[in-house]
Amino acid sequence: MTTHRDAKGRPIVAVTGLGVVTSLGQGKETNWKALTAGQSGIHRIERFPTEGLRTTIGGTVDFLFDEPFTAPQLSEKLATLAAEEAVTQSALGTSGDFPGELFMAVPPVEMEWPQKQEMAQAIEGDVDYDGLLRAAETGKFRAMHELFVFGGVADHIADRFGTKGSPISLSTACSSGATAIQMGVEAIRRGDTEAALCIGTDGSIHAEALIRFSLLSALSTQNDPPEGAAKPFSKNRDGFVMGEGAGALVLEDYDHALARGATILGIVAGCGERGDGFHRTRSSPDGKPAILAMQDALADAGLTPDDVDYINAHGTSTPENDKMEAMSCAAVFGERMASLPISSNKSMIGHTLTAAGAVEAVISFLTIANGKIPPTINYANPDPAITLDVVPNTARDAKVRTIISNSFGFGGQNTCLVLTAPPEAA
Amino acid sequence: MSDMTMNRRDVVITGIGIASSLGEGVEVHAAALAAGGPPTVDTESFKPYPVHPLLALELDRQIPKKSDQRQMEPWQRLGVYAAGLALDSAGIKEDAEAKSALQVIVAAGGGERDHAVDSAILTGLRGANEPGTYLNEHLMGDLRPTLFLAQLSNLLAGNIAIVHGVTGPSRTFMGEEQAGVDAIRTAHARIASGQSDLMLVGGAYNAERRDMLLLFELGGYLRQGSFAPVFAREEAPGLITGSAGAFLVLESAERAAARGAKVYAKLSHAGATRSRRAPGTVESALAGLVGGFGPLGADALAISAATGCAGITAEEANALAKAAPSAKRIAAGDLVGHGVEAAFPVSVALAAIALSAGQAKQAVVTGAGHWRGEGAAHLVQA
Repeated sequence: MTTHRDAKGRPIVAVTGLGVVTSLGQGKETNWKALTAGQSGIHRIERFPTEGLRTTIGGTVDFLFDEPFTAPQLSEKLATLAAEEAVTQSALGTSGDFPGELFMAVPPVEMEWPQKQEMAQAIEGDVDYDGLLRAAETGKFRAMHELFVFGGVADHIADRFGTKGSPISLSTACSSGATAIQMGVEAIRRGDTEAALCIGTDGSIHAEALIRFSLLSALSTQNDPPEGAAKPFSKNRDGFVMGEGAGALVLEDYDHALARGATILGIVAGCGERGDGFHRTRSSPDGKPAILAMQDALADAGLTPDDVDYINAHGTSTPENDKMEAMSCAAVFGERMASLPISSNKSMIGHTLTAAGAVEAVISFLTIANGKIPPTINYANPDPAITLDVVPNTARDAKVRTIISNSFGFGGQNTCLVLTAPPEAA
Repeated sequence: MSDMTMNRRDVVITGIGIASSLGEGVEVHAAALAAGGPPTVDTESFKPYPVHPLLALELDRQIPKKSDQRQMEPWQRLGVYAAGLALDSAGIKEDAEAKSALQVIVAAGGGERDHAVDSAILTGLRGANEPGTYLNEHLMGDLRPTLFLAQLSNLLAGNIAIVHGVTGPSRTFMGEEQAGVDAIRTAHARIASGQSDLMLVGGAYNAERRDMLLLFELGGYLRQGSFAPVFAREEAPGLITGSAGAFLVLESAERAAARGAKVYAKLSHAGATRSRRAPGTVESALAGLVGGFGPLGADALAISAATGCAGITAEEANALAKAAPSAKRIAAGDLVGHGVEAAFPVSVALAAIALSAGQAKQAVVTGAGHWRGEGAAHLVQA
């Protein structure tokens, strides 16, 4: 049998399964329909009281639970649904026996207020951590341990899908989802595994999570109308809108996928990542790390800027990110940038944080498959300093074979993926 | 171990940064390894839970700017400090080119709480007519805006980048003990396969936190009362956590040789697995991992990152007794306490220190997470 290798002599990493859940709904079909119709999933938050908050909107996923739940429980549910869709599509392995490793981007977890309040009810007098420790010692709250350990969500997913090896729970802040994919790519290229289940999930919109971002002035406060708040690349953009969701990809050694007759949905051709020691929350103003991450990803794929048909932007709708990203793209793509389409899925689903890189990679492969680019909605007031073809407001038919998907995060995290059409269509 | 893996590049440890309740640096820990202790234990501050408290660091030596120190919580300062020691030890602290090529993997927890704010809000919530509004008002008013940055797991890596000028990319692994195992395993695999030449890998844990004690106590995993050795806690099993941070500079043998770097030890294998826990699964998982290292010499050293928790600690002892019956066994927890995400990196660092000091010719490192994950590594003298 022929052995296929990429330009650098490495195994080629195919995508054979995709799954997604966002505030727009569950599954690829529902999401694709809404995304190409320019629909927003952003709405007023009803999960918890928003009195006294500057931001009262989000892309929460509200259709999965009837009972109250914690962030890890929602994150796990979102991941499970996305992974079921992806694994089913791939037809790889058998139910509960996925023949590959698990790489998961999960939101950092910690004990939440309702659980601490429940324990506080068991304490006489003022509450402090010594009191909580005495309550914990009774063993009555034992289930909370497994709920709030950092490795819990990935452990449960590993159990459910029967992935092999030691599951990875990772964070690179807002580029985590892309890093999960990158780690799967690297493991397959090393020959450690023939398949990888790569998931980004985030169901962590609760009061404190929202307030933390709000205190950093990172969120849009244009609450009315909610669906108009996320407006990447617009002049009046004023912050991101938190979103929830999950994206899952089955990655597989191309030859392994061919040998079993699997449908190849696309290729993860290249990955680039760069650190940024400039500031804890801000990117280098010269965009250097983002530029280098895009160039590294293209070089890793053995491609040039001219090969790229479309950019799936990080496009958070914060004043700084969108400016930096536009400038970085101009540096990488030069004059082509004026006509190279770039759009932000976040204009519709908000910033799904830990999940974003994976969710947007799934949407990117749908873009390739359907020959249609989802728009950047709410683009009514262009920023004259950003001259981009943002695919304003309406989806566009286009032959798209090669995409760069950008993810940039707090803590100097910059991850870019080059995603391409399956070889036979290329 | 596949042939492909056997033929891969050698990985060596060229930098070690370690800080714990015993102090900082290679010499202090080499002496403790040789003497077998004694540990520093504080049984009063968090009574009834003993902890190994960090011996205070002179932060200015690794984190010169006070503004940087203020932007971090203790676990991040400890990690940044230990990472700085590792870069110094590898001789690359001032090497901008190396620091731009350096790839970082950090094993981290996070979420360090403001205990006073939490306590006041929880007390207030009990009498509040509108608890949701009360919570919003107090979180908006009482949380320090920058506390979030001290809580985010990936901000230890972010602070390493800022403070030490490391401009290579970083990844942060979470998931308690296994995060540390997987960090070492992945860093090793990247270099062995040629995906990277130079990595900084490690973790840091601040044990002097009631919020973390609370998480472990919820599951009944903490030992109460006095210190007892990790492998002799049957009467009251459980974790005694210790503040500790360890970072290693891993490098391809070729790169290290080309620059004439001092090599502390060769990291020949690093493996991880996850058993579906039931009696006996930790022993068989560790036996499987260690079995892949090939025969261990009679003079081997075994460094264990065991937790002291019921059942699994004895299983780890059994696995070691069968795989390396004549090896000298040292529990990292008996020297510096259990460092959760940092436990495995600390144990690998201790093994490299022992080999570098000539205390043994090869070492095996094992660990089983308090509730999930098993890992092992094999080091040989350079």
